[in-house]
Amino acid sequence: MTQPVEAGMRTAIEELLARYVHCIDNDALEAWPDFFVEDGQYLVTTRQNHSSGWPIGIMYCDGRGMMQDRVTALRRAIVFEPHVYRHIVSSILIGHAADDSYDVESGFQVLRTAAEGTTVIYGCGRYLDEVVAQDGRMLFRKRTVILDSSRIDTLLVIPL
Amino acid sequence: MTGGTNSKHAWPDDGVTRVPYFVYEDADLYRVEQEQIFRGPVWNYLGLEIEIPSPGDYITNYVGDTPVIVLRAENGEINAFVNRCSHKGSMICYQPSGHVSNLVCPYHNWVYDLDGRLKSVAFRNGVRGQGGMPPDFDLSEHPLIRLRVATIRGMIFGSFAQSMMPLEAFLGSRLVAHIERTLDRPSRILGRCSQMMRCNWKLYAENSRDTYHPSLLHSFATMFKLNRLSAEGGVEMDDAGWHHLVFARRHTDQVSVDYDAAALRADDSGYALADPRLIEDWVEWDDGITNSIMTLFPCLNLQQSLNTVAIRQMVPRTPLESELFWTFLGFADDDERKTRIRLRQSNLFGPAGFISLEDGAIGEFVQKAIRGEREQTTLIEMGGRDVGPSPKTRATETSVRGFWRTYRRLMGL
Repeated sequence: MTQPVEAGMRTAIEELLARYVHCIDNDALEAWPDFFVEDGQYLVTTRQNHSSGWPIGIMYCDGRGMMQDRVTALRRAIVFEPHVYRHIVSSILIGHAADDSYDVESGFQVLRTAAEGTTVIYGCGRYLDEVVAQDGRMLFRKRTVILDSSRIDTLLVIPL
Repeated sequence: MTGGTNSKHAWPDDGVTRVPYFVYEDADLYRVEQEQIFRGPVWNYLGLEIEIPSPGDYITNYVGDTPVIVLRAENGEINAFVNRCSHKGSMICYQPSGHVSNLVCPYHNWVYDLDGRLKSVAFRNGVRGQGGMPPDFDLSEHPLIRLRVATIRGMIFGSFAQSMMPLEAFLGSRLVAHIERTLDRPSRILGRCSQMMRCNWKLYAENSRDTYHPSLLHSFATMFKLNRLSAEGGVEMDDAGWHHLVFARRHTDQVSVDYDAAALRADDSGYALADPRLIEDWVEWDDGITNSIMTLFPCLNLQQSLNTVAIRQMVPRTPLESELFWTFLGFADDDERKTRIRLRQSNLFGPAGFISLEDGAIGEFVQKAIRGEREQTTLIEMGGRDVGPSPKTRATETSVRGFWRTYRRLMGL
């Protein structure tokens, strides 16, 4: 994160981050893979795994196809108690990495509300992103979700 | 009704085919389990030798409720102690792992060596001749509480039972052979995490022995014919029926009349992976087994599923909460391609695993449904009413019955 980022680009990236969490929180998951480039990388991991250099985390998608499979499985196969998220994203840092590529870091908190009605803090941590401009849109080339805790409450089925 | 003198915890007459629901939420039984099972005549998983390669390296873990320190001593041996100072009971090691030259309690600076011997006590002789410990205080009488330790293929086990049988005898020759087969090369950690389950630990202990449920509950696997019961496979056990091994060979699956007739939710033939690289694999073991899950009493799993190798350790937290610790392994000689395949396959397991995440929810479903129930029982008769190997089919609950037979013996129920 060396070069300054001009205001228009900053606004576009912040909007990408906002649209992403609204997509998930509003249960529009079929559109979730479209926030990534075709071979985009998505990894949910933990602070411990990340700092230890361990590659396996909690969820990994190597391209949009695996993201679509996540959504299809969630809709058609997996048994779980229905719940929704509310993401709160803050403290966004944006740096111009190279050409059309931007390094973005932000903090997040996710509240989970189950069908029975209970709302809990499901997790918190940070997003580490590589964002690129493609066909006039900002997209994630890589999104790493680093949970502060190594402990997952019950299960993770909806992406973070 | 049978069940000895304690009528509150009487067991139904039907032996191991009926389990009263109260055993999944009773706080008194939970306390007895700590003593008679976790601190009783069993070998508990403590960690991996690769986590503590050098003298002074330590990790912390739990045996049931009891916190333990596992460390490499100066002579290269592995020691395990209760993580509790002999003085006032403080935890000594409060980091998950680290390196020490001796063990120092943070509360009053009592110092133990790596063999658990108390070496010094702060202000033992008082300050300027005042205070201090009584003259007859003897350091040698206050070591840390030590567990017996044994290892197999880099897995460390500990036991509180002084007259514990050797680890190999506890596991039995079939399980020993399969552990040696699975961890046949130097391993390395690829990742870890835990899954907090809102259920009693025994619900997961049963679930991980339940060879009947995976293709039904975990419908993702069945859709892709990863683990249908119609694939060749079976259940092996040690002679005592404490532990079991379920295995399958994926590439032997036939179109199954039983499945198609049942019109399973799980078997949706119109469904295909958008990216089949998720289950790309290579044949890594000569025996052709593509899925093998070992469950050791009381609640430890070593699994190999395609090229995923994982250890699952269950730690009971309260009568109604349990934490499952996942450690994903690769091997030291893995190249980048193999690591990437293991990384993609890791989507099948863990708290977000297509074939495992429901296990985090199903125990809670049971726990919610049995709340306060003191009379009713489960019904465990799939595959018969006895305990024994089932070499030809996984449509059996024999391993679940094996768990309960062992549980009742150790608990005196």
